[in-house]
Formats: sequence, C-alpha cells, structure tokens
Amino acid sequence: MSADKQESFSFSPENLEKAKAIIAKYPQGRQRSAVMPLLDLAQRQNGNWLSEAAMHYVAEMLDLPYIRVYEVASFYTMYNLKPVGKYHLQLCRTTPCWLRGAGDLRQVIKDKLGISHGETTEDGLFTMTEVECLGACCNAPMVQINDDYYEDLDADIMAGLLDKLASGEVPPAGSQKGRRGSEPFGERTTLLEKGDS
Amino acid sequence: MPKLTVDGVEVEVEAGATVLQACEAAGAEIPRFCYHERLAIAGNCRMCLVEMEKAPKPIASCAMPAGDGMVIHTNTPTVKKAREGVLEFLLINHPLDCPICDQGGECDLQDQAMAFGPLHSRYHEPKRAVPDKYMGPLIGTVMTRCIHCTRCIRFSEEIAGVSVIGAINRGEHMEITTLGQAITSELSGNVIDLCPVGALTSKPYQFTARPWELRKTESIDAMDAVGSNIRIDARGNEVMRILPRLNEDVNEEWISDKTRFVYDGLKRQRLDRPYLRKDGKLTAVSWDEALEAVAAKLKALKGEEIAAIAGDLSAVEDLVALKDLVTELGSANLDCRQDGAAIDPSCRAGYLFNTTIAGIEDADALLIVGSNPRIEAPIINARIRKTWLRGDLKIGLVGAAADLTYAYDHLGEGGDVLQAVIDGSHEFATVLKNAENPMIIVGTGALTRPDGAAVLAGLRKLAGDCGAVRDGWNGFNLLHLAASRVGALDIGFVPGEGGRDLAGIMAGAAAGEIKAVFLAGADEIDMQGLGDAFVIYTGSHGDAGAHRADAILPGAAYTEKDATWVNTEGRVQQGFRAVFPPGDAREDWAIYRALSGHLGKPLPYNSLEELRARMVEAVPHLGATDTVTPAEWGDFGQAGAIDAAVLRTPVEDFYLSNAIARASATMARCSAELLDAITGATGTDG
Amino acid sequence: MQLQDKDRIFTNLYRDGSPWIDGARERGIWSGVKELMAKGQDWIIEEVKQSGLRGRGGAGFPTGLKWSFMPKESDGRPSYLVVNADESEPGTCKDREIIRFDPHRLLEGCLLAGYAMRAVAAYIYIRGEFYNEAMALQRAIDEAYDAGMIGKNACGSGYDFDIILHRGAGAYICGEETALLQSLEGKKGQPRLKPPFPANVGLYGCPTTVNNVESISVTGEILRRGASWFSSLGRPNNVGTKLFCVSGHVNNPCNVEEEMGIPLKELLEKHCGGVRGGWDNLLAVIPGGSSVPLLPKHICDDVLMDFDSLREVQSGLGTAAVIVMDKSTDIVEAIANLSHFYMHESCGQCTPCREGTGWMYRVMKRMVQGRADREEIDQLLDVTKQIEGHTICALGDAAAWPIQGLIRHFRPELERRIEEYRRAAA
Repeated sequence: MSADKQESFSFSPENLEKAKAIIAKYPQGRQRSAVMPLLDLAQRQNGNWLSEAAMHYVAEMLDLPYIRVYEVASFYTMYNLKPVGKYHLQLCRTTPCWLRGAGDLRQVIKDKLGISHGETTEDGLFTMTEVECLGACCNAPMVQINDDYYEDLDADIMAGLLDKLASGEVPPAGSQKGRRGSEPFGERTTLLEKGDS
Repeated sequence: MPKLTVDGVEVEVEAGATVLQACEAAGAEIPRFCYHERLAIAGNCRMCLVEMEKAPKPIASCAMPAGDGMVIHTNTPTVKKAREGVLEFLLINHPLDCPICDQGGECDLQDQAMAFGPLHSRYHEPKRAVPDKYMGPLIGTVMTRCIHCTRCIRFSEEIAGVSVIGAINRGEHMEITTLGQAITSELSGNVIDLCPVGALTSKPYQFTARPWELRKTESIDAMDAVGSNIRIDARGNEVMRILPRLNEDVNEEWISDKTRFVYDGLKRQRLDRPYLRKDGKLTAVSWDEALEAVAAKLKALKGEEIAAIAGDLSAVEDLVALKDLVTELGSANLDCRQDGAAIDPSCRAGYLFNTTIAGIEDADALLIVGSNPRIEAPIINARIRKTWLRGDLKIGLVGAAADLTYAYDHLGEGGDVLQAVIDGSHEFATVLKNAENPMIIVGTGALTRPDGAAVLAGLRKLAGDCGAVRDGWNGFNLLHLAASRVGALDIGFVPGEGGRDLAGIMAGAAAGEIKAVFLAGADEIDMQGLGDAFVIYTGSHGDAGAHRADAILPGAAYTEKDATWVNTEGRVQQGFRAVFPPGDAREDWAIYRALSGHLGKPLPYNSLEELRARMVEAVPHLGATDTVTPAEWGDFGQAGAIDAAVLRTPVEDFYLSNAIARASATMARCSAELLDAITGATGTDG
Repeated sequence: MQLQDKDRIFTNLYRDGSPWIDGARERGIWSGVKELMAKGQDWIIEEVKQSGLRGRGGAGFPTGLKWSFMPKESDGRPSYLVVNADESEPGTCKDREIIRFDPHRLLEGCLLAGYAMRAVAAYIYIRGEFYNEAMALQRAIDEAYDAGMIGKNACGSGYDFDIILHRGAGAYICGEETALLQSLEGKKGQPRLKPPFPANVGLYGCPTTVNNVESISVTGEILRRGASWFSSLGRPNNVGTKLFCVSGHVNNPCNVEEEMGIPLKELLEKHCGGVRGGWDNLLAVIPGGSSVPLLPKHICDDVLMDFDSLREVQSGLGTAAVIVMDKSTDIVEAIANLSHFYMHESCGQCTPCREGTGWMYRVMKRMVQGRADREEIDQLLDVTKQIEGHTICALGDAAAWPIQGLIRHFRPELERRIEEYRRAAA
C-alpha cells in the first residue's frame, strides 16, 4: 500500500475485450464518452485505485490528451488516485444519515480501526472515506464497502461488520435489519395485497 | 440584425452578437474577467451580469445572444450588487500581495475592484493557499492568485492547439495546472497577457520592473517575416519586456515566444565598439580608425571586387544605404538571399504572401509546400489553425511531416509528389481546383534546393491551373523567414546588371576574385566559403559574421532604431527606437553614410528623413505605411525538373534562428526544454 | 385522501415480485406498448401533456411540454432521450428502488418517451455508487433486447430504439442536466451555459431531452390508463401519484407512493409510524430534498405535499424527499452539514458557487458553536443572496436556500447560541 507509483499498466486480455465493448457503445467519433467507464475498469483491475500509468493508458486508448483524463479522474470522487485498503469504507456523512447516527458509525470505525477520513489502516485492510449522500436515505445510516451498500446500521452492527471483514468474511450487503428495500419496518400501509404474499 | 435597448439607448447589432457586445455598442461598460473576444465563451466569472426585463434573474451578458426587443439594464442596484458580490467572492481567496505582484498596476482584478468592488471585505475565514505550478521556462506561476477564469486553458486549446493546461479537482479545490509539464507551445507567452491577474506571469520579467516605470514604444518585431506589432517596454536604456500590440491584419493580439522573450539576447554578445583584425586578432579601435581602414581597403579595389550580402535582421533603410554605397563603389554584386533561395526578384507577386495573413480566413483549401509554418511563422500558423477550426479548410502538406496543431493530408514528402500535384495527377490538385479560394504556401526551404527555381515555376503554374489567381484573390504565397527579406527585394538588393548573386559572390571570394565583402548582419552563410576576402561586418551581435570579420562596424538592433520593415505580405510598417544602441554602436545606415564620407563619395542624405525620401522616390509603395500594395501577377521561376528529394523546413531550431536569439539565455533554455515537443514529427494525417 | 393500491404505479416498490421481465409482465409492463406506439408520437405527447405530469426530478416542469420542444423533423442530427438516474439529492432514494426492483417500468417508459420525441436512443446516466443497481438495470436492458422489447423493431412497432447505460463516478452536480450531458460526453461534470438548451444542442450537439427516472417510469401507466386517470389524482396543477422518500426522525423511514397533495402530517403519521416521540416532538422538516428551505413544525401541521402548496410556504416539493427532524436535532448543525455537502459538490466552475459555498460552510460551522457576531447572521444571509440567482446552474441556489430557511425560521436559535458562546467566553 505504501507505493503510490506504478511503472506501467495495461488491460488484461479479458478487460481489453470489455474496454472495446464499452467504446463500441458510443456513437462513432464519440469514444471520449468511454473515459469514465474505462477509468472504472482500470481501477477495478488495479486494486481499486488509479495510477498515473493507468490514466496514461486510458488516455492513449481513447486518443485523449492526458490532462483531459486527469481532469476527469480528479473531478469525480469515485476514482481513487492513491491506493486504498482492501475494504474501502465509505461512510455517508450527509444530514439524513447524520440524523440517524452516522456520527456513531464514524466513532466505531475510529475506535476499532483507528482511522478517520482519508486514512488507511496499517495492515492495508481498511480505508475510511467520509462521503456525501449515497442515496439510501430511508435506510440510514449506511456505509458503502467497496461496491456494496450496508444499510440500517447502528454502532453495534457496524462493529460486528468490521469484525467480520477483519476476519475475512464479507457479510451480505443490504439492510442489516432485515428489510428487503425501503419498505417501512413492521406493518405495511401500502401495497398490502402483495405484502401478504 | 437584432435591435435592443440598453439603459434606454436603442442599439442594433450583428446577428449572433452577444448582449455584452450590444451593451458596449450602446456605450455601457461591462466588467469581465473570463470573457475574451478571441476565446470561446466560458461564462464562469459572472462579472458581466446584467438585468434583462422579463428574466427572473440577472443574465451573464457575455453568454446571452442578443435578441430582438430585449431590454437590458446595466446600471441598476441589482446589477451593482451582483458585481460587488462577484468581486467580493473573487477577493476572499485572492492574496493581498499587490505590492509584490508583477501584475500590479495592470491587473484587471485590481482595476475592477477599484471601479466596481465593495469597500471592504467581510470575509473572516482563513484564505486558501494553492501550490504554484511548473509551466516551463517562460511562465511563472503564483496560483493562489488564480481566479479560475480558464482563459489560459481556452487559449492553449483553441488558439495554440496544445492540450496541456487543465483545471483539476473541483469546487474550491479546482486548480489550473499542466501537471508539471512545460507548456509546449511556441505561443505560450500569450497566456501571461490573457491572465487577468498575476497568476501567470513572465518568468524572465519576474520582479524586474513595475509597469509605471516603463517607457513604452510601439514597434515592429524582427524575429520572423510576419512583422508582428509589438510594444517595447524599456527602463533607462534597457528593454525590460516585449508585448504584443493589436493588429487584426497581422498578429491580432498574439506574438510568438521568440518575439516576446528574445530581449535578453539584446544585452548579451553585443558589438559595442568597432574592431579591426590586427595580426589575426580582432582589436577594439575608434570609429575613425575603423572607417579609415575600411575605406583604405575599399579604395584599393575595383568595383567588381566588392560585394555585399544582407542578413535577416536589417531594416530597409540600412540596406538602401548599403546598396547605394556599394553601387557608388561600382559593384553590382549584391544579394539579400543569404540562404540562397531561388526567389525571383523580377516579379513582386512571386515573392509575396499575396493572400495576406487575414486573407487566410477566406481560404477553403491550402497546399503547404516545404514549410513548417508553426516554427517559421507561428502567428501565420495560428491564423491557419483558426481557419481550420472553422471546419471547412482542407489542408495538404508536401514535405516532412510535423505537428502543425491542425490536421492535414500528408500528401508525401518529396518533390515527386509535388510534381504530381503540379501536373494535376494527384487528387489534391482537384481539391485545389474545386476550392473557391485555394491557397498555396511555399516555404523558403523548397527554394533553397538546386531545383528551387523549378519548384517556384511549378507552383506558379499550379496557382494558375487551380484558379488561385484572379481578380480579388491571389492564393500564391511565399512564406519568408527573414524580417529583412521582402524589403530588401523591394529595393532591389539583388545582383545588378552583370552582378554576382550569393553563389557567385562565394565562388568569387573563394577564387580570390571578390576581395571585399560587406556582411550586413549576415550570419547564416558559410563563413569558410569567403576565402581570403576582406569581410566588413555591420551588425549588432558577435555571431558567426563577426567572428569571421576583418572589420566590425557595430550596428543597432531592431529595438534601437527607427526603421521601415516590410513583412512577408509586403506590408510596410514602421518600427521605432525604444533604446539607444549600446556603447559606440550606431544605426547601420549612419555607418554606411559615414563610411561613404571616408571614401570621399558621400551618400546624398544626411538624415533618416532624407534617406527615406530617396527610398520612397525609388520604391513608392515603401511610403505607404501599414498597407499592403497588391502586386501584379507575372512570370517567375524557371521551368525545370523537380527532384524527388524530401522537402523540408530550413528552420532547425526555432528558438535559435538568428544572432539575437542565439545570444538569449531564455531562448537557449527554451531550445533545450521545448524544441523537441514543438517540432516533433507527429504528423496528423487527415 | 387515501390513495388506493389499485392506483399505485410502483407496485414492486418493496420487491414483492420479481424485478425481471417475467415479473414485470405480471405487473402489466410491456403490455400494449406496440398499440400505444401505433397511436403515434403526437398522441403520446398530447396524452402526457393532458395527464398534467410534472417532472419528478425536482424542478416540476411539465413533462409533455418538454417533450414537445424536440424537433419533429430531423435536420440530419439524431435526437436523444437521456434519463437522469444520478439520484444524489440528499434525502432522495426513490429512483434506486425503481431501478433495482422495477427496471422494466423505466425501460418501457424510455421506449415510449423516446419514440414520442423521435429519439434514436436513450442514455441512462446512473450515479456511479449505485453499482449493484446498475448491474440490475443492465440485466433488465439485456432481457429487453433479448425479448425484442427494445433494439431493432422495438416491441414489433417497426421503430428501432437503443438503450445504453452509463455509470457516473461520484458527483452530485451531474444531476444537473447539462452537467450530466458533459459527463456523458466524457468530460468533467460542469454545467453548460443556457441557451442553447438541450432540446436544441444537447448530447453530442444533438437535440436531447433529459428526464428523471420517475417521470419516465410513470409514462407507461399514464398511457395505458389514460391521461384523465392520472390527472384525477391530486389537485389541479399538482396531479398524479408521487414517490415520497421519508428519512430522518420518523419511526418507520420508508419510500411510499402517495397521492400528490397528501398532507405532510398524514404522510408521516400514516406511512412512517409518525415522528419519533410524537408529532409534538417535531422540530422541522425539509420537505423536498436538501435544496429546499426547511419548514418549522407549525407550518408542517397542515401543509400539503405538492408543488404549489410548498411554494406558498417558501419551500418546494423538489424530489419529495422528506427529511424529518425531531426536537433532539441540532438544527444549525443539520443545515451546516448540508452546507458542507454543497461545498463538497460545487463543480468549481463559476465564481459565486466556488467561493461562496466554502464561505457559507465556514460561517455555518462557527454558527453551530455560536462563535460569531450577531451581525454575521445578516451577513450570512447577504452572502446567500449574493450566490442565489448569480450562478450558471441551480446548485448555487440549492446551497443558499437551506441557510435562508434556517435564518428565516430559526434566527432566535442562532442568536441564542451567539449569546451563549459570548457569555461562556467572558
């Protein structure tokens, strides 16, 4: 994790095929549209971060000046321009989650892992990033761990999640209090017929 | 033509004009930072907000197309408040370092804050600090001052055609950067002028002067044959900086980096006193001794044993005096083509950039032959790019491929391909023929070959065949490199009756038939080829010519004299003296006049005015300052076979192409750091 | 007022059935689409106009009218439908449920709307964080292609129509329609100047309409059931059903589809188990996503949840994301937290927003502690006014309004803290 330099980057044969398919989705001459998906693909291949080498590679593939690619990569929050831990904890900090205890989750992470916003544990297992609203407000508070949303959390559940992750177990994503989605807890007030089934 | 009302004044503007332009037409001043009439509209600074009736909120006048019937207010409390607000926002994170800022005294932010700003700041939070960025040897940065107008980004993208500047991150963390790269453009210095604050500044000029200390002289650049209009800012007898002057017909408001930054070369390697070679060593002498020695040498020679070669930096007046002197001595051995280009002086249209620089914008097809306009004439290249960006200019290149900042069809490298275009068998001949306003640009590199005269004749034929020459349009263009060249051709600084041309002079010197040679700042010839001839060098810098010289008569550089220049278009322009020549150096024409006295054959003028009167009498169009006198089409060149050899630009190093540039430490740094990127042969095939 | 289940459109909101094509068909999706298309493009646009549907993404612009701005004859350029699935407005989490539980409803809407506006394709721009949702939607797109619902001769209509999914990468501003288009073109998500409007110069310089997921998703049912069915729900100018996202201090936070104009109190009490600690424990509600000014309890008592009612109380329906705050809430910090959000999400392009959002946040942070002068309350208000209406896009307004709402309704609280801090310091 200490090395945030990477000598070279190129897509794996499998990802190269994916990249070609992505570029082909956009109209002729509009291959620039593929810059975001290709950066995402590169990041996935590259242990969840984008090296300069990877950005240069994408720039070349799309025949774009490097600065245009770097502008994009530095504008959007999901591109990690530095290495991140195996589990990237993205804690939603915005008001709807904050109202329901995002601060408690922050504290649990701090207490158990010793990391705050922007920090990575020494073992390289966890990186903590405070992010803005992730759009799961009816299931607040929540964190996104890598690609998955963990919802309906509280301090205890969060602590349990971290323990499991630390031991190598990835718990099922979604509501941690048994909801399928954002239906109300307890008795239904709408969609009653379906709810019974 | 929409008609609208601005502050009660009714104005009619061109279709496509903006509200901002309409406001200006109505006499209402609209402050702005991001808006620049030569760049794409960004609309980001929000300084130009005005009120439009029926609009729910103020509009950015720079970005709003003027519409018929619009009612605009620019002086309401709402507008005043909006401007104050924007200025307050711009200032909260702008450092208060005006006293140590190079932009101080000529800063848009400073000026507009005085005119439109709030009286005091209400911002009590910590100010933002932004790390400075490396942008190369020419551009210094103080990025905390940046107001994110993005003019520099737009300039490099649009005008210069290099994608190296960008804005990274977002929100208040947005930063302008090149990511540690130098701005690899021959036009990069223009971002300094465009930057409305002191974020991008001139590195060589940094902390050397304050604008109010400077004496400003309007003049003409001599670094290429474009004749860019410049302003020379001097303090005492020192040139402190060079800036562009607006001339829509020539350089618009841009200048090349060589034009802008060469000035430190004016202070180094200067010839500031006369020298005579004594016992093989150049020895400083008095003017009297020098002139007497030269006169004695010349008096002993026959006319045909004397010759004169003009260099690239001489003004017309200098060469008029030299020509008169040499002619008086009975010699017809004159040449201004120190590169040996097969330029035919007999037909003026054959050696001009007839289309004119502004005329490029009317062209719809362009053939470039043996030239790299990007390094031969960056300003002309920018005009080609501007026209190309419009979308309907088809460009073909015959010659070595290069990154010209626009896409072109690379037809081929060699003369065989050129021959095919000329005889109509190449498809690009059809492109030219089908064009409404076809254009051909031939570089001097195509004429310095043994078959140069044939190339010239062939292109003359092509111009005729493709309809490039007709009433109101002349698409034939010779792109000169030297500031002196067209003026010299105009006054006939070429072999007279029975006289020798460059090759003849060199051969004569080698054979001992030519015994004395004047080099008027001619530094680019093969000095070895001058044999044992007595070389009289007049010029400003201790370069190749001075090293070979037997007598050095120190002259004035282009910033040090009132002078006439004729650019590649044939445009006559006047430069003015910004500083005096150093030491004992004198204006070149005056040196020849003084020498004529020592020879007992005084030239018939005692002042520059008298010299000019004679010059204009001989060549009337030289009196028509700031105009291009169109030249009549005629025959030129010499039909013959064109060799298949590669056509290429004669410019090896853009930054070091003349004696002044070679004396410049700034240009040396640019050459080391930027040259490869600018001349890289990444051809962009169609 | 009581919306009945039979009038609900999003019948798989709680994932009672399969999201995939078989489940979708059971819910009536894709049925009769060919026939609807056969009625013609103008009929569809007219029907949507008649239905009174207003955009569900926040601005509430009449959807059918928006579609009618698209060219009827091509000048050689293709037209595009772009679906805004960038759902990022704090409090809002409805489109996510449509995408993961009922994606075919969206796809069906894309075809109908795209056909009506003579678009060759729909690009769905989904926020990057919705990774699993994007996978689900892509699965549904693949199903729809395989079943012939979209692609060549979509639904047997003779019309060719593609749907392309494009993931964002983390930027609230991409919910602004022109920033979204920039992003879709592979650039930074910085809003464009208007004019030109997307209907003239949109994606790739072509005529484009950008619609919210929910707006597009209700199209199929409106056309099947008829404009008058939809317009009979709610109040004039504020018709139809609406997904409400209720978060914060209610007992049962949830998404629920209700009739437009439902009283706020009824929405919270009937569907969300009421305010934590009872109605009297309510402090304030942000009724339409973070951008709209909050409402103190006394307004919440009887306000109706629709565009016009909320505008009358100087707030807005926005995305109908209802953020509930009970009396335990530090209301100043709640708003300061939103100010942080806007500072973080400002694209940086234009001056007032780039500079002003950070300024406001820093003052707000001090206001939370009371570490300020009384005059700074008005100064802060003035700064919000200096941003509002002066920016390229609406993010500037969105950053200003929450603070304006706070000062409007909670000035005494701000003053109290300042006094308290001063006393403590003395």
